Amino acid sequence: MADKPFIARGFHARRASAPPGRLPPGQYETRDFPVLSAGPTPRTALAAWDFTVRDSGGRSARWSWDDFQALPHETPTVDIHCVTKWSKFDTMWEGVSVDALLSAARTRGVNMTDARFVTAFCDGGYTTNLALADVTGGKAWVAFGYDGAPLPPEHGGPARLLVPHLYFWKSAKWVRGLQLMERDEPGFWEQLGYHDHGDPWREQRYRGDP
Amino acid sequence: MDSEDMHLDGNAAAGTLRDVFARDVTTAIATCRSCGTRGAVGALLDYGQEMGVILRCPACDAPLLRLVHTPGWLRLDASGIALLVIPDTASAPQS
Amino acid sequence: MTTATPGASSAIGVIPDVMAELQTTEAARIAWRVATVVQVHDETPRARTLVLDVPQWPRHRAGQHVDVRLVGEDGYQAQRSYSIASAPEDAHVALTVERLDDAEVSPYLCDVLQVGDGLELRGPIGGYFVWDFSQGGPLFLVAGGSGIVPLMAMLRHYAHASAADRARVPVRLLYTARTWDDLIYRAELEQFAAHPNVRVTFTLTRSTPAGWTGYDRRIDAAMLREVGWSAAEVPHVFVCGPTPLVESVATLLVEAGHDPLLVRTERFGPTA
Repeated sequence: MADKPFIARGFHARRASAPPGRLPPGQYETRDFPVLSAGPTPRTALAAWDFTVRDSGGRSARWSWDDFQALPHETPTVDIHCVTKWSKFDTMWEGVSVDALLSAARTRGVNMTDARFVTAFCDGGYTTNLALADVTGGKAWVAFGYDGAPLPPEHGGPARLLVPHLYFWKSAKWVRGLQLMERDEPGFWEQLGYHDHGDPWREQRYRGDP
Repeated sequence: MDSEDMHLDGNAAAGTLRDVFARDVTTAIATCRSCGTRGAVGALLDYGQEMGVILRCPACDAPLLRLVHTPGWLRLDASGIALLVIPDTASAPQS
Repeated sequence: MTTATPGASSAIGVIPDVMAELQTTEAARIAWRVATVVQVHDETPRARTLVLDVPQWPRHRAGQHVDVRLVGEDGYQAQRSYSIASAPEDAHVALTVERLDDAEVSPYLCDVLQVGDGLELRGPIGGYFVWDFSQGGPLFLVAGGSGIVPLMAMLRHYAHASAADRARVPVRLLYTARTWDDLIYRAELEQFAAHPNVRVTFTLTRSTPAGWTGYDRRIDAAMLREVGWSAAEVPHVFVCGPTPLVESVATLLVEAGHDPLLVRTERFGPTA
């Protein structure tokens, strides 16, 4: 049984002044864009950058930066929610939808029939796991532009995953590819107890949260 | 702001580490499994911020120790440490 | 996977499955307890000192910190670490908190907490960034902004020592801040500078008062050479403050030949 906590007189969470229904439970709105990184910022030159979609049989499709830029672009405007409790509204991005990416990968022979999950892998070794259903159907992008400019390195540039309907640790910075998986394999934070799914509207912060 | 500025060091992780090790380990010497560099845990770079403890090798950036305390659980991955040498003054020979 | 063999030394390869049972004294030390605020005073417009009565406080070592935990009525929790500013010899525990804008904990500690309130904390914590007389000197302290706090505990510990002990250990402090008014503990530091074996040097990076003849730039190799000791004199060095400053100073000292094991660092995060 947990110890009875001492209540600090006059201490309370930051006031939620956002319109009702906009802020998930336990979050507060920020106008900043806090930088959270699990390691030093990688600095990959565009000439060295590539993106790979690989299936469980080892077949892969690879794009150089220029090839990637030739895929159809979208400009989603989305709210984002960090598990450390800040939310930021109306963030503007530019990127390639994961739907378009997977479609292009399919035409190049990558097999998605048995894949139910993906693991995003990144420069610096970071990984995160997602259900395929959470990155398809218009829910996810590989984003290289933020707020009308190239995505800065500290926010994940050259490109990061963008999956705004889940807690933002799933929007992996410095993403270099997606590994299609038959089973869900916990990534960097999930191994340490963060939720495999991570829906902010159900407050799925930690493993075991319903 | 550069994310280079955001990291702390093993001193910041000392309280959470003590929840696992039941003693201060910031003076313990950790050997990095990746590059072999040896240094005090207090001198490792802590990138965890509010998510948890991520102690990295100052020489090669490999993760030596990852520790997250969620309600009801402490999860520790120390696989990046090849050897941890902790001074134990309580049992030291009387000089 | 290897596990520690019974009776093995404290060296471990991989964490064993079975954790050792906590000794009672260790468990008491790491427990959260509720301190009472007995005094508050402002050091600068942005820094406030809280003087706390902590029940069953074990004597701390200069340089250690406490973890402070705030829990609201709604169950909302926040936790931060604060360096202990007071000497181990003092009856009460003092913390000096810099008020950071748009933060969670420091505005509460600086603006809301008052004398008589309870404050939950655990400690003392840390064994790496500590100094006491047994380590000897020379002692070179380098502080940036609120990084002065743990170094002040070291200076206050030093001030409690006998004249004979103090004669054995020369101390030099190099303290960088934006302006004269941002220097925390300024008056007390000027008094320390009156000690025969203590030298206090300020460098102000944004603006200086009229008639200032001291340093007015960021700490660089030349300043460290002029203010500190050479590597040949083997000083114990403690550097504390914003991460970029700490790393810059530590790098410069190691490049100047100082043994990295004698240059101890404590990073406080991005510049406030």
